[in-house]
Amino acid sequence: METDTIAAISTPIGEGAIAIVRLSGPEAIEIASKVFKGRNLTEVDSHTIHYGKLINPQTQEIVEEVMVSVMKAPKTFTREDIVEINCHGGLVSVNRVLELILENGARLAEPGEFTKRAFLNGRIDLSQAEAVIDLIRAKTDRAMNIALKQMDGRLSKLIQSLRQELLETLAHVEVNIDYPEYDDVEEMTLEVMKEKTNHVHHQIEKLLQTAKQGKILREGIGTAIIGRPNVGKSSLLNALAHENKAIVTDIPGTTRDVIEEYVNVRGVPLRLIDTAGIRETEDIVEKIGVERSRKVLQEADLVLLVLNYGDEWTQEDEHLFKAVEGMDVIVIVNKTDLPQQIDMDQVKKLAARYPLVTTSLIQEKGIDELEQAIADTFFEGDLNTGDLTYVSNVRHIQLLKDAKKALEDAIGGIEAGMPIDVVQIDVTRTWEILGEIVGDTVSDSLIDQLFSQFCLGK
Amino acid sequence: MYDAGQYDVIVVGAGHAGCEAGLAAARMGAKTLMLTLNLDLIAFMPCNPSIGGPAKGVVVREIDALGGEMGRNIDKTHIQMRMLNTSKGPAVRALRAQADKVLYQQEMKKTLENQENLTLRQGMVDRLIVEDGVCKGVVTETKAAYYGKTVIITTGTFMRGKVLIGDIEYESGPNNQRPSVKLSKHLEELGFELVRFKTGTPPRVNSHTIDYSKTEIQPGDEEPRAFSYETTEFITDQIPCWLTYTGEFTHKIIDENLHRSSMYSGMVKGTGPRYCPSIEDKIVRFHDKPRHQIFLEPEGRNTDEVYVQGLSTSMPEDIQKRLLETIPGLEKAEMMRAGYAIEYDAVVPTQLWPTLETKKIEGLFTAGQINGTSGYEEAAGQGIMAGINAAAKALNKEPVILDRSQAYIGVLIDDLVTKGTNEPYRLLTSRAEYRLLLRHDNADLRLTDIGYKIGLISEERYEKFHEKKRLIEEEKKRLENVIIKPTEEVQSMLEKAGGARLKDAVRASDFLRRPEITYDLLKKLTSPEQELPSDVEEQVEIQIKYEGYIKKSLQQVERMKKVEDKKIPSDIDYDAIQGLATEAKEKLKKVRPLSVGQASRISGVNPSDISILLVYLEQGKIARVSNE
Repeated sequence: METDTIAAISTPIGEGAIAIVRLSGPEAIEIASKVFKGRNLTEVDSHTIHYGKLINPQTQEIVEEVMVSVMKAPKTFTREDIVEINCHGGLVSVNRVLELILENGARLAEPGEFTKRAFLNGRIDLSQAEAVIDLIRAKTDRAMNIALKQMDGRLSKLIQSLRQELLETLAHVEVNIDYPEYDDVEEMTLEVMKEKTNHVHHQIEKLLQTAKQGKILREGIGTAIIGRPNVGKSSLLNALAHENKAIVTDIPGTTRDVIEEYVNVRGVPLRLIDTAGIRETEDIVEKIGVERSRKVLQEADLVLLVLNYGDEWTQEDEHLFKAVEGMDVIVIVNKTDLPQQIDMDQVKKLAARYPLVTTSLIQEKGIDELEQAIADTFFEGDLNTGDLTYVSNVRHIQLLKDAKKALEDAIGGIEAGMPIDVVQIDVTRTWEILGEIVGDTVSDSLIDQLFSQFCLGK
Repeated sequence: MYDAGQYDVIVVGAGHAGCEAGLAAARMGAKTLMLTLNLDLIAFMPCNPSIGGPAKGVVVREIDALGGEMGRNIDKTHIQMRMLNTSKGPAVRALRAQADKVLYQQEMKKTLENQENLTLRQGMVDRLIVEDGVCKGVVTETKAAYYGKTVIITTGTFMRGKVLIGDIEYESGPNNQRPSVKLSKHLEELGFELVRFKTGTPPRVNSHTIDYSKTEIQPGDEEPRAFSYETTEFITDQIPCWLTYTGEFTHKIIDENLHRSSMYSGMVKGTGPRYCPSIEDKIVRFHDKPRHQIFLEPEGRNTDEVYVQGLSTSMPEDIQKRLLETIPGLEKAEMMRAGYAIEYDAVVPTQLWPTLETKKIEGLFTAGQINGTSGYEEAAGQGIMAGINAAAKALNKEPVILDRSQAYIGVLIDDLVTKGTNEPYRLLTSRAEYRLLLRHDNADLRLTDIGYKIGLISEERYEKFHEKKRLIEEEKKRLENVIIKPTEEVQSMLEKAGGARLKDAVRASDFLRRPEITYDLLKKLTSPEQELPSDVEEQVEIQIKYEGYIKKSLQQVERMKKVEDKKIPSDIDYDAIQGLATEAKEKLKKVRPLSVGQASRISGVNPSDISILLVYLEQGKIARVSNE
């Protein structure tokens, strides 16, 4: 159906020793063979991998040492010919490979375009495609896990069990309606119906609460490090980045060149905002200040407010506390290696509602405590067990909200004294909406349930 | 072979589908022939002597609103009638009548005989006359060739019928009628896919030998009831049914003799319906259930035969007798007819267009149990639609297809031709997604216009219908404008009805929306100038009380209409659409849906297939099958 060949870097940027550039489309193999020195890729078997070198066909210059996988349609992710070029990790080399491929006939893939092709070629269904799309966007291990779990059907299992619960209730109402003469089937009452709908409603609410966390997991927590000059913001940044392997992404073309770094602190993905600003300005005392911090605060979900243990409390510190009011804040009193100058009572008073950590970043002290505080702030202690189901997909969240609304309609109907078969309309709708999440809307299952649950007949 | 005449429409069979088909065609002005194996068994009820029930009863009303006969006929010939589900909402209320089997047949035969344009003949049809893929008529075993522009087959369970009782089996239609063997074979030769289904019926016992004192009485409603909107005379002397139960010993006998049941010995090959299991099925599948209900239903006023509902079986005759002995009230019951299982051929209904015309042979229609359904009402509902569409084709008129939001008949036919069925199909209210719109009480409001347009509703009836609609709208408007004030009278009424006191004055329509307030109560506070007919009052009450829900259903219908209106060209080449799953491709090629909506209901066609189909249709990239 598609006529052009697309290519993109398909591994997370900056991570890992190996990066992969993927091509998909009718000319994928031809384009790859143009730049590949080794076996003739147009003649190799499908699903084989080959060692060789990438060369620039114009200059004959060697670009990279690579392994190339050739997968022919239709048994591929997109059901098109696919070539995957495994090259050395790191931004520079992988970008050179991608550029080379683009120069030789491929088009840069739009976000999610591989998945879109897989979907349009009938390789995956909508719900899987959506999970894959989230997978592509996943920035940290945990978000990656959520996307994977979703594909495994952890969420779908939970939804299925809620649907089964509704289905049994529905079948019960149906049997009362379609077989009114059967007096040995007990009548489903509005009270029982209310109990069931309330229970499912509660479950959906719980799921929706995880949705917010799911979103944060996927996009990273926007984290701002603020503080007066020379309190150790840069050291803090380095400490976090050093321990947790920062990923640096450049977002050019925006009004200001923001540099964000991703770090994974005990499973919590932090998106550190304006790290360049911190690094640039830390040494140049005159340029800094509260102004820059204010800007950064606008997009922050979490604030790391750094104070200097070895310096007196100032008006500026006070301003900072005011600026972060109402936000998630962790207060860090750094430089405990210096003699105390700061008024800790004052700090404790102002930081009463926030976690407070003391560190000496130079002596690498207190970093563990800080990381724990970050994890606690986000997970509230119980979320990092790994077996909670998160809803992370926008469509799923919307459907869950719809389902919740339908259940509320049903509960409203019960309270307004509507007959049970009318209330059932909304319960059935809930069941259908939940079915959309797991891609199952076959209405015959109600009839199957009816006949397996009850004994009927002439 | 001799030329026996030329007709517009030929109906093969005179059961519940055949009767409606023949009458509809003749009433539309088509010269119609009805052929039946046995003129004494027109509209015969081989199983339950009853008509109606949830969903099915609504179908009878729909048939009536379209100008069909079943409702009128049972109104004249029942022995009792009841409104079911009165404690539930209006959407699921339904009438059920116990029929006088013999009177029902006689009355229907009289109607057929008196129908203009309609010829009745006895004869067994062996094969069809088919030229260039078009059906031109039928040939009987006595070599009579009847020519027709269209042919409707409504042969029920007669096709290669086989009766099974214990280890005995013989070729037979229901009730020991001759089976139709050659026609079934002929259809196979023409390339139709047939499927083998099974159903069953319980024994009949002599009323004089039943000890009714050990059973519970099940009387009809005191209030006069009728299916037909035209019925004005009501039967008042009703006959009750009776309720008893199976017990421990019944189940023990079944357990011990299961191997002798045709169903469990492996003799039965056909697929039976789950909603209509035999007693042995019930005992096996629900073993822990201590007892099962047995309804004793008289088969008529002039017969002693009583139908033992709940005891459908293929056990040998001696076991059937022993089973009866274990049931309170039936200890000494004389079995007049044994129950039996019957296997028969049915046409796989996905081979039909939604008009019930076959895709394979133009001009050939099938309706009723031959399409894999069960039940008199399901048969009759298809019968009237096949009659309408066969006549329309013969007379060069537009076909009529009811959609799922218009009628249970629409749900039934759409299910059959879109999804097919792997067991005898029964209508259930849960099959209708717009149940609140498809009510028993508003069948006339839904369908009378259509019946009138095709010429099945008389001018007189149509005028009355319009008058009813006018009265409903007027009264609804009136209640919008009347204000109910929190007077002492109102407060005490609310108190008595168990509702909260009124704080401020409200519109009468809002007052009626309170759960405890009925139209009857409201009438005491404010009544129209003239007393309204009860069916108008009922409509006003339902339409106001459930307005919010009805609106929501209508919105759903609007959404459905969007995909329903996306038509698929009949010559689309599914093979040329890349990305369709193989299963979806096969299913789409087989069903050949007329719209994207219909396509989306085919099992095995996934949302992704529909998206792809939509992408193709949107882009106009449709490959057509060439006419080779």
